[in-house]
Amino acid sequence: MQTLGVTDGRFGAFGGRYVPETLVPALDELAVALEAALADPAFHADLDGLLQHYVGRPSPLSDAPRFSALVGAPVWLKREDLNHTGAHKINNALAQALLACRMGKRRIIAETGAGQHGVATATVCARLGLECVVYMGEEDMRRQQLNVYRMRLMGATVVPVTAGTRTLKDATTEAIRDWVTTCPTSHYIIGSVVGPAPYPRMVRDFQAIIGREARRQMLERAGRLPRTVVACVGGGSNAMGIFHPFVDDAEVELVGVEAAGHGLDSGAHSASLTRGTPGVLHGALSYLLQDAHGQVHPAHSISAGLDYPGVGPEHSHLKDSGRATYVSVTDDEALEGFALLGRLEGIIPALETAHAVSWIASHRGRWTADQPVLLCVSGRGDKDVAQVSELAHAPG
Amino acid sequence: MLTARFDALRARGRRALVCYATAGHPDPERSIALWQGLEAAGADVLEVGVPFSDPMADGPVIQASSQTALSHGVTLEAALDLVSRARLGIPVVLFSYLNPLIAAGPGVLRRAAEAGVHGVLLTDLPVGSDPAREAWLGAGPLAFVRLVAPTTPPQRMAEIARHGRGFVYLISRLGVTGVSAQLPTDLPETIASLRAVCALPICVGFGISRPEQARLLGAHADGIVVGSAIVRAAGESVDAAVALARELRGALDDRAS
Ligand SMILES: Cc1ncc(COP(=O)(O)O)c(C=O)c1O
Repeated sequence: MQTLGVTDGRFGAFGGRYVPETLVPALDELAVALEAALADPAFHADLDGLLQHYVGRPSPLSDAPRFSALVGAPVWLKREDLNHTGAHKINNALAQALLACRMGKRRIIAETGAGQHGVATATVCARLGLECVVYMGEEDMRRQQLNVYRMRLMGATVVPVTAGTRTLKDATTEAIRDWVTTCPTSHYIIGSVVGPAPYPRMVRDFQAIIGREARRQMLERAGRLPRTVVACVGGGSNAMGIFHPFVDDAEVELVGVEAAGHGLDSGAHSASLTRGTPGVLHGALSYLLQDAHGQVHPAHSISAGLDYPGVGPEHSHLKDSGRATYVSVTDDEALEGFALLGRLEGIIPALETAHAVSWIASHRGRWTADQPVLLCVSGRGDKDVAQVSELAHAPG
Repeated sequence: MLTARFDALRARGRRALVCYATAGHPDPERSIALWQGLEAAGADVLEVGVPFSDPMADGPVIQASSQTALSHGVTLEAALDLVSRARLGIPVVLFSYLNPLIAAGPGVLRRAAEAGVHGVLLTDLPVGSDPAREAWLGAGPLAFVRLVAPTTPPQRMAEIARHGRGFVYLISRLGVTGVSAQLPTDLPETIASLRAVCALPICVGFGISRPEQARLLGAHADGIVVGSAIVRAAGESVDAAVALARELRGALDDRAS
């Protein structure tokens, strides 16, 4: 498998391990355990078995005839929404939880924004009999009440985070604080391709099953590789997962869709790659929304899962190297995408995914009939239905 | 100046009292009064915390002080301005996360030195993590102070000690900043194993708030760092924080008599 510009936990200039000294030995231990696990057929057998029989992989590749007619090119949907728990997050949570078991760590920490990573982690912890503590911003707990309830049903402790913007950024900071305190006995399951090395590469490799399956399925079903692969980018794990196996296919265009919130010039968005500058947050150097003093600028997105001021370091490298392109879509446009895929295909996507749907829809005519587009449907929209219906009925 | 201070202390058999305060907390003017008061109370070194929006190594007390300071508009440049206005006679060590320093640009170390800063300590730039930036900090006008954690294996302790300047900051226990009722019982052994590979003075921080802790640690380390306890007291009043520093000074000196 290709390792694009990776040296020493970096992707070009990005990545690294900017953490308190206390965590350095824990990250070393994790890197060693990861390498040993990846070299051990028993680990792969456990993981593959659970991915197949518990998660429900491989996930289907659906054609989308009515959406394709609108776009003017065949659009193929990689259905991560059909995974157990309804999003791609479980691919990574499951693999990391198995790794934690190998390391003898029975207490799991996670952060969550939309609640999808928290639910996935709570789920695999229940399945494997691990203790699970999930940090979640108060604002996100309000936006995603159903997911909070799901996590608690499965025995997880959900800790409200009241610091800062009360969203994913602060939940991540709080999860790191827990880990600095408990690292000898706890494993921190980061939910995206962010954080200090080896997390970004590890999470990418655990999510790359999306792209490996999709690449094979495209060759089988469409008879060719996609012209363009499109995915939404919060921290960037579903995007890295589907991009990675296509990186060496030079003819395949990779497009990541960020959240433009109220608009790129409004100051209220989450478009770190489009509008950020390189900086260090949560242990890695990457594009970051920040002010001139290096203080992190609060992000905004209608979707809790994209509401994050940073982004995975490998995306920063793919942007600077020109291998991938990053675009953005506003809250309002995402709401249109949310409705559109439901109406045309009977698939209600997560609000995060809806950003990618909307970008494709607004670029109809960009592709010819022999240029298939592959969209990562990172999750299903059930978690967002209450929020969207409230917005639809809100006065004004 | 840091080294001279520790040499002088060592010559007199005294231990260093290192006090941490967040720049701009409780507000910019009282911040200056606090630092001057800490010096008068017998602090040997002042650690000036640079407020950061996402302090992942800090507990609730220092988090809240950073938020307060940021609400007063105090970031790195403003902190340097406060240091230069305070005109302190003791060495000042800047205590920061890396990002504000990167954003300030390559000239920041020179500007800090001109403002009266003598050392710099970064919570999120461990030894070996970024050779280019570590070289920049190591070659600059400030003493680049490094940290050792309770999880650090002995070989790495030696490596950190080799890279450190001024003193080595030993984190007393797992976790973020904040006061603790109890310090780890094996702390003296940790100090001893660091001592075996480290020629620099060793200052122990995290969790220290009480005179008896100061007295105990004074028997093993070259100095103690008091952070959250000072910041918490400063939230009540400058006088309360200065009184705490005086009490800790007394406890450290007591030990010697
Ligand atoms: C369905 C879904 N898609 C996308 C994301 C964004 O995360 P990432 O960019 O890591 O895929 C989330 C995060 O919660 C999510 O739940």
